[in-house]
Amino acid sequence: MRSLAVRRRREWALAYALVIPALVIFAVFTFYPFIQNFKLALYQNPPYPGLPSHFVGLSQVTSTLTSTSFLQSLESTFEFVLLVVPIGLFGGLMLALAAHKKLKGMAIYQVIFSSTVVSSVAVAAVVFGTLMDPVVGLLPWLGLNPHPAILSNPTWALPAVAVIAIWQFLGLSFIIMTAGLQSMPEEVLEAARLDGARAPTMFFRVTIPLLSPTIFFGLVIGTIYAFQSFGQIDILIGPQNAAFTHTNVLLYYVYTALSVQNNPGLAAVLSIVLFVILLSVTLLQFRFLERRVHYASN
Amino acid sequence: MPATEVQATTRPRSHSRKATLKTVLRYAFLTLGAFIVLFPVYMAVVNSLLEPSQIAHQPPPFFPTNPQWHTYPDAWKGGSLGIYLRNSAIQTAIIVAGQLVTSILAAYAFAFLDFPFKRAIFFAFLMTLMIPFEVTVATNLTTVTSLGWFNTFPGLTVPFLATGFGVFLLRQAFLQIPRDLKEAAQLDGYGHMRFLWSVAIPLARPAIAALGVFSFLGAWNQYLWPLLVTGNNNAVRTVQIGLKQLLNTQLDQINVSLAGTIIAIAPLVLLLIVFQKQLVRSLTAGAVK
Repeated sequence: MRSLAVRRRREWALAYALVIPALVIFAVFTFYPFIQNFKLALYQNPPYPGLPSHFVGLSQVTSTLTSTSFLQSLESTFEFVLLVVPIGLFGGLMLALAAHKKLKGMAIYQVIFSSTVVSSVAVAAVVFGTLMDPVVGLLPWLGLNPHPAILSNPTWALPAVAVIAIWQFLGLSFIIMTAGLQSMPEEVLEAARLDGARAPTMFFRVTIPLLSPTIFFGLVIGTIYAFQSFGQIDILIGPQNAAFTHTNVLLYYVYTALSVQNNPGLAAVLSIVLFVILLSVTLLQFRFLERRVHYASN
Repeated sequence: MPATEVQATTRPRSHSRKATLKTVLRYAFLTLGAFIVLFPVYMAVVNSLLEPSQIAHQPPPFFPTNPQWHTYPDAWKGGSLGIYLRNSAIQTAIIVAGQLVTSILAAYAFAFLDFPFKRAIFFAFLMTLMIPFEVTVATNLTTVTSLGWFNTFPGLTVPFLATGFGVFLLRQAFLQIPRDLKEAAQLDGYGHMRFLWSVAIPLARPAIAALGVFSFLGAWNQYLWPLLVTGNNNAVRTVQIGLKQLLNTQLDQINVSLAGTIIAIAPLVLLLIVFQKQLVRSLTAGAVK
């Protein structure tokens, strides 16, 4: 009896020892700053750095949420997400369907299509920035030369950076879709084919429903990715650009509030908003879409 | 006309011709896709090899007629790329090693041990997946600065030494190990650590490799945190931030900037070719149940 209790307590001690390294990191660098945001949001920073911040209650929250720059930022963020996620998912699905066949050379196509996943945001921005440059880029040659240049053009700058994000997301989207296709039960497809299902019927009645958990996963991951993109904007546009107010997505706003305006209070308010949006979008996706998702075994 | 199996047996010729056409169309579509994906990178390589006088030429040159290979050593030296790549390598190695160790240990506890508050702690770990790092940067910057870690490798890496995703992934992998194996090992007198080292880790190797690749990509491509936490000297500045700098300082030398970009991406392209399988597995963990 006693030895059992001792053994149990030893197991507890071991378990805590194993869990503690990760727990400490999370406590210090995830939970503490997350909670701290709610406190920072109540304090306003003076316009000159170095002076102490003072308590203003919820007034900073309300003034931020009603400011034009915040509303503009919110609009840009949603426009960006709505461009990147559907196009990226659809493109990845098409490529995955085309490459999902036992034919010669498919392995090479698969490596090519998944390759954009390794490109960092900085690499993608530099590569596309050159192509979109009004002097050295391809646009004048294609007869497209908006004035002002595309990356300083209030109308076109956001779609332009969205193109870069789509290109980057295409690799991940392709990989997700390919894995989904590979895990589809062959027997079901074969049975449908033997039943004489035509290609479009196969696609909409069999492939898409069977693939719906994968598409759903891609949607959740893609949305989170799109909300967290801002490197392209930082490298190619920046706060001095004429198109800045139209490309200032929420996360970039957090960054500029923090390191350009030196205003942690504002950054905290924006961080909370970003978190709430991300959380609600994810929950909504689970609430309304996952019910339509077809899981093979139940 | 639908190309079903039944018709195929009755009219083999028209079916085979139709199948050939379909295959040709498939290859055409695949090649178009490959072109779209690779064209920007191809143009970056071409532009990196152009003479300065050719760069702004219209129509743009699509092939380097007189390749200027020296842009690569120029980028390496001028943009301090050697130092940046070294910094990125150190930063990535620390983060990958740290995440693997903390994830393996915690995942083992969640999969094989019983302890008070196990569910609550596991739930807290999963919560971290819902809090994007970006919403914690403001306070983390203060924390790291007050620890004296601004512009140091600890500052660059310590906040990332644990990952909720990794713990979750490895816990699932450990749970797939048959219970009998654990009991058999216990009868053979294996302690927990010995079982972890010589049974659990080898069996979960695919998931661990997948986590390694995932951590590597995440760490190497980090942008926001290195931008905030590295100072203006090159002590720990990573290659991603170096690229931004390269683009800013050498606008008249786009060929050199692009050469630098190609150098920065080369290690990852190699990684992709070698670890294609693990990459697919790691990125889709959870996609398929």
